[in-house]
Formats: sequence, structure tokens, C-alpha cells
Amino acid sequence: MRSIVKTFLLTELLTGLSVTARTLFRPKVTVNYPEEKTPQSPRFRGLHALRRYPNGEERCIACKLCEAVCPALAITIESDVADDGTRRTTRYDIDLFKCIYCGFCEEACPVDAIVETRIHEYHMESRGENIMSKDKLLAVGERYAALIDADKAADAPYR
Amino acid sequence: MAAQPQDDLVNLEIDGQPVKARKGAMIIHATDAHGAYVPRFCYHDKLPVAANCRMCLVEVEKAPKPLPACATPVAEGMKVFTKSPVAIGAQKATMEFLLINHPLDCPICDQGGECELQDLAVGFGRDAARFHERKRVVKDKDLGPLVSTDMTRCIHCTRCVRFGQDIAGIPELGTTGRGENMLIGTYVEKAVEHELSGNIIDLCPVGALNSKPFRYQGRSWEMTQTPLIAPHDGLGANLFGHVLRGRLKRVVPRDNEDVNETWIADRERFSYEGLLADDRLRKPMLREGGAWREVDWETALGAAARGLAAAGPSLGVLAHPSATLEELSLAARLARGLGSANIDHRLRQRDFRGDAAASSSSAGLGMSLASVESLSGLLVIGSHLRAELPLLAHRVRKAAVRARAQVAFLDLATRDYRFPVAAQVVAEAGHWTREAAALALATAEAAGGAVAPAFGSLVLGVSPTDAHRAAARALCTGSHRAVWLGAMALRHPAYADLRALAAETARLAGATLGTLFEGGNGVGAVAAGAVPYRDAAGNATAGLDALAMLRSPQRAYLLVGAIEPSQDLADPAAAAVAFGGAACVVAVTPFASEELLRHAHVLLPMAAFAETSGTYVNLEGRWQSHPGAVAPPGEARPGWKILRVLGNLLQLQGFDEESSEQVRERLRAQVDAAVGAGAGAATTGGAAAVVVPPVLPAGAAGAGSASAAALDIPMYAIDAVLRRSPALQATNIARASRAAARAAAEVTA
Repeated sequence: MRSIVKTFLLTELLTGLSVTARTLFRPKVTVNYPEEKTPQSPRFRGLHALRRYPNGEERCIACKLCEAVCPALAITIESDVADDGTRRTTRYDIDLFKCIYCGFCEEACPVDAIVETRIHEYHMESRGENIMSKDKLLAVGERYAALIDADKAADAPYR
Repeated sequence: MAAQPQDDLVNLEIDGQPVKARKGAMIIHATDAHGAYVPRFCYHDKLPVAANCRMCLVEVEKAPKPLPACATPVAEGMKVFTKSPVAIGAQKATMEFLLINHPLDCPICDQGGECELQDLAVGFGRDAARFHERKRVVKDKDLGPLVSTDMTRCIHCTRCVRFGQDIAGIPELGTTGRGENMLIGTYVEKAVEHELSGNIIDLCPVGALNSKPFRYQGRSWEMTQTPLIAPHDGLGANLFGHVLRGRLKRVVPRDNEDVNETWIADRERFSYEGLLADDRLRKPMLREGGAWREVDWETALGAAARGLAAAGPSLGVLAHPSATLEELSLAARLARGLGSANIDHRLRQRDFRGDAAASSSSAGLGMSLASVESLSGLLVIGSHLRAELPLLAHRVRKAAVRARAQVAFLDLATRDYRFPVAAQVVAEAGHWTREAAALALATAEAAGGAVAPAFGSLVLGVSPTDAHRAAARALCTGSHRAVWLGAMALRHPAYADLRALAAETARLAGATLGTLFEGGNGVGAVAAGAVPYRDAAGNATAGLDALAMLRSPQRAYLLVGAIEPSQDLADPAAAAVAFGGAACVVAVTPFASEELLRHAHVLLPMAAFAETSGTYVNLEGRWQSHPGAVAPPGEARPGWKILRVLGNLLQLQGFDEESSEQVRERLRAQVDAAVGAGAGAATTGGAAAVVVPPVLPAGAAGAGSASAAALDIPMYAIDAVLRRSPALQATNIARASRAAARAAAEVTA
């Protein structure tokens, strides 16, 4: 009996519509991407970069800890003795298709060489572009050096 | 361990558990046997105890302080605590002291991941340092092309120093200064030159001593490990090949107490570098007209099969003695299938008289490698043992140093053996027959016998001198005696005479006669029938030996293995003529050297050491098989597969194996049937088996004389892979031998 009354008085429909009506007058939570963007944490894990020391020296020492820790096996490193006798990579590839952006590589790195930047707006147009080679990673690191340094500094008190 | 009489054992307690240990053993032996792990750095099973790292401190009841487990003998009723607060506290304190001066450069250290200090720091290290003073920095040493140094990492365990003193017999490394100022170094800043020096890389518990060719090439955890057998000498050292992404990155020893204990020679450790030399053959090649062309396998194999089939019985097959048993077996079957018994692996031998009669008697060492250590008297004819078989020399050294064995040599020059040598008879190669005869006569004097009348012509006019008598006395020491014929004797133009005299000497002295065959498979090659005088089943055949098949040119030749005519054959000039005149020369080879490009018609790329599964039979007759560690480069294929397909194309019977194991099992069955059920392939042993070969008139051998350089081939030039290994060629040993060869060439020119 009660359910029949409810059915004919359309209460359930009105309950639903009231949610719609309330939300209609609330402030909007969606942003107009790409004109508008949500705030990002300094710990955001986006595109990878290889950093350099302020004097321009590569940070990476080819210890291969990132390669070992990578759960997706996305990193491939080959190492050799560099001209100045130091331990350096001759190849540092990250396959962005394999990468799950977990940030373990960054955590494992003893010299803060490999980092995940807050850049997440990138795309590939042809086959093979998903492989971030050492040159590309270093280029990203150089281009966004100020950004990376600022993010590192912002996160430093919590480490 | 053999059963010990009860009174040789003492009762003690380890962590509350009653344990028995041999009297005189150290606590660490008892704890290891019991399974209670005690951390250690300086203690090593094969080295004398130094007790200077203090890491193995354990608590012993009634002792006022913790005691080092490696240097404290067990005693009746002793109560040892390895995990008590006192023991752990002492170990942690030791660790803190060790880490004071140890740099935190694990990420760039090649030892990282396989470092004893790293492992123990996890268990016994503090999480934060309390040491804020300056750490010490030590200048690195230049120890030559094989061993890299980072001396700041050294924790002064002195394992390398003790290795030099007690294993190599050469104190190459030593300590200077004390305490904080203690340094490990070469007394004189010179390269570590011993042929076993690479072992200090494994001994070093930290990253102070590492492999220079492997420096920064990879990490221990990312490589896969495959067991291998060393192919360069007849010892058959057990190895592990470490492979990263399809490349053999390094070679380390695999413990086998019966063969190589825990050591390997530098030759085994660093030869892998030669595998990917520039002239590595990656594709089958065919010579058409005068030009070489890369072709596919089908074309190349077809051309090879046609060439070999056209030659029929006028075919000569030369197989390298370091080829695998499977390759040698298939090469022998291929030759015999084509109606030719002209197959040989004794590429550098010059004198083949009476080899059929002699082969049954002197198959390899005639004793186990372990029993070499209990020799009491030894005469080595024509071998620079340290260069030829470094690890056998190590066993002899143990016999000489620990068991006071008397060792004598007949050699081209006085050599530095790093153990007491009773006598070195030095003579030019041309006089060796007389010297060997004199040794036989001196042995007859010493042992109280007479040289058999059959040797009349050889001993005529020979009278032993004091040097010969000293050597004979050395041989006739104790009850366990041996006479060995080395590679230089094998290469000698009067080898048959030397062998007969050596056999007679062995008979007179009651010694075991051993022949130190060249290559990793000298014993295996005879078993596989890769000799002209017998097949694998033991049936006598009549074929041309390695020298005769080149001096009487055949219509076609098949070369199996890394054979370079000018360096690996006894008579390169005859080889050049024979190959030049042959209708078809097929080379199954890993390397396309210039010479082969000049001589051959078809080149078939073959997998080299570590790239193919296979079997090696060592000098004591031990069959050791290993899987392939890496895929061969390019289109190269394992030798046994190439030969099997060639057999199929030639429509020969029985070339239907699908794995190298099947080839081995077939050969094994043949060998066992030939030898008789139960008996091993070549483990006859015992002086009773020595048969004196008939003495033939002197001078019957083709090559009248051979220069010292032709006999004494430098240790890093004996096969093609070694000749292509840059690190080994950069050693002082290799440089000195090259300089000597150049000087000799200038003298002759």
C-alpha cells in the first residue's frame, strides 16, 4: 500500500531531482582544463628527468639501483668507465609504456639523479618515442632544472 | 671426512648444543660444520689463519674476553656462544671500527651486491655513524691490466697477502705500516705477475681488489650464472659464466675440490674478452673466384658438403684439441664416414712414431688431480708447468711445500717455480733425447735396475751427470712417484723417443707415467677417435696424422675449431702448400682470421667457448659437461650442430642426434664398450699399465729440429681466444714473451 502511494507521488524522482537542484547552486568543482589546472604536489610523479650537479657534471653514477628496484622493468642501463675514470652510464633508457610512475627509482637513487618531474602533459607521435634515452632524460633535466630544484627544496623538510 | 678415531674428537657445546670436533680444529670449523654462522672477513678455508679482522669474536665460557673463532682451537668441554649479547656486542663493535675508514661508495663499487662487508653491515652495522673525524684516503695502486684497486676500501684482512705468500708462493702484496697507517701494496710498485693472481679478486671481501676488464660493466644481481668448464688446458677447471643481456660479462671460479679447489688461472678468468674479437665470424662465407661473399647457411653447407664429398677418402680433418668432445666425436665420425681416417687433433705434434701402441698406456695423468698432492717424487720432462697448467703446478707446489715432495724438471731454461725444485736439467731442445736417456740411466742407478736392451741405440754413449743423478734421486723419493711428459715434449721432433725413455724411467722408478696433453680435450679427443690410429670404439684404423696429411696434400680439408695455421700447426709452411693446392678447404671456425680467408674456401661460423653446450675430458679422465651460457653472435651455430648437418647432407649414417647430450651419450656407450664395462674412459692409472713402445731408429721423424720458440709457446698464445684477449695480452707475461719472440726473429733474420 505504502509503496503504491510512493510510486504514484514520484517521491523517489523528486529526491533525486533535489540533489540535482542543490548541486546546481553550489560552487563548481570541475576545472576548465587546459585553461585551468588543479594544484600539484611537489611530489607529483610525472615525466622522468636526469639531473646534473650545479657545475654541469652528471649526477648518475650507474649504480643500477633504479633498474633493480623498478617493478615494471622499464629501466635499462649499461655502464662503463668514462674518459675521466668515473663510473658512468653509456645507456639509460626508460620505457614510458612500461613505467607505472611509482617513483621507486627516485627513492632508490643515492645521488638524486633520476627524478619524476611534475610534467605530465606529453605525447608520442611515432613508434620508439616512448623510450626516453639518456640524452632525452638529461635534456628534460636541464630544461626544468629550476622547477625540479624548487620541488626538491619544497619536499626536503618532510624527508 | 673420513671416520676419525674417537680419541681424536673433543666434545664441546655450541650455543647449548653438544658438538664433536676434531682435536686441533678451530672453533670456526666446528661452528661451520654445526651450521652456526660466525661472521668473518680474514678467515678463508684455503688460507692460513691470520685472525686480524676480529669479526669472528665469539664468547667462550670462562674466557675473560671474546675470542676469535678462527684462531682458537677447540677444547674438551668448551662452551661457545655465537649469538650471546657479548659475542654480538663484540662483533658489532668490530664492525663499527671496520666501517670507520671504509668509504660509503657502495653505489659505484663493483663489489656492491656481492660484498661481504656490505652483507655483514646489514646484520652488525649501526644505522648511524658516530665517527665524525676525517676518514682516511689511500692512493690506488697500479697492479697491472687484470686487477683494479680502490685501496681506500681495504679493511686489511690480508687475504691477498696470504694468497701471495702461501698459494702463489710469491709475496707480491704485503703490508706496510701499522694501525691506521697500515697499507696493502706491492713492495716494489710492480704488476701482480703470477698466473693465478686473478684469484685475489675473489678473495678480497670488499671492493679493494676487483677485475679490471669487468670494471663498471655490470652488477652481480643482474647477471645470470651458468656453469662452464675451462677449455684452455687439460685441467678442466670449473667456472661460472656471468651473462648480462646475452653477453658473457665475466668468469669466476666454481668450487670443485677434486679439480680446481676454489682457484682458477688468469687464463680462464679473462679469456672471455677474446670471444667477441673484431675478426669474429658471424655469417657463413663462401669464396667464389677470388672474392669472399656472405651467404646463407644452406648455400654454405651445400658447398661444403659438395667439396668434401668430391674429395672422398682424400680428405684431411684437423680438429682443435680445445674443441668440445661432441665436436671431436662428430668430426671423427664424419671423416670415417667419408672413408678417410685422416683425422687428428695433435696439431703441434711433430713425431708420431708408435703412437698407437703408446696411447693406451699414457692417457692423461694416470692419477687423480687430488692425489698429485701426495706425490713424493716427480720428474717432469719438457714442461714449463706453471705456464702450461697453472693449477696443476699449484697442486705440485702443495706437494713440494707441504709434503716435501722432490720435483725435478727437464726444460729449455731454468724457471722460477716458487717452490723448492730438487733439480732442473736444462738443455737445448736438440739434446733432449740424450738428456732423457741420461735421466733413464741415472734412474736405473738410483732405483737399482737396468735400462731395457731395446733402448741400446738411444742410450749408447750417454753417461749421466750429477744433474741427472739429482733429478733421478728426486724421482726415486718416497713411494708415490710420477713421470710427466709436458707439452714441450709433445711438440718435440723426437717425441716418440722421449716418451719411450720416459716410460722406461717410470718403469725403473715404479712411477706413474702421465702425459700433459695440450688443449682442454686432449684425453677426450683420443676417446672420441679424433686420432688417425683408432676410432671411438677402439678399432685400429690407418690414417695420416696431423703432420703427414699436410705434407702429403689431400684433395680437401676440414678444419674444426679455432685453428690458425701459422700459430696452431706444427708445420705452417706445409699447411700453406697443402691448403693452397686443395680443391676445397672447409673451416668450421669462430674466427675469420686473415690466414683462413687466404686458405679456406668455405667458412662456417662456429660457437666458441661458453657459447655451446659440450663436454671436456680432463687429464685425470673426468668427463665434465656444461650448458651453453650465451647465444653465439650473428648466425654462428654450435659446432656439433654444424657437423651433424654436414653429416646429414653427406648422407652418412648415424648423424641424427638432436642434442649435444645425445652425441655424448652415444660416444660414452662406445667408449665404455671399448674399455670394458665399469672402467672409466681414461682412468687406468698405476705403473703396471705402462707399456714400453717399440724404439724406432732415431731421426726417423720428419722434422729434424725445432727451435725453442716452436716448442715453448707462451702461455697466453696457446689458442686463438687467448691471443685475442686484450687484458691477457697486456700482461707483463705476454709482453715479455712477445718481446722475446721479436728478439728471436731479429736474430734469425
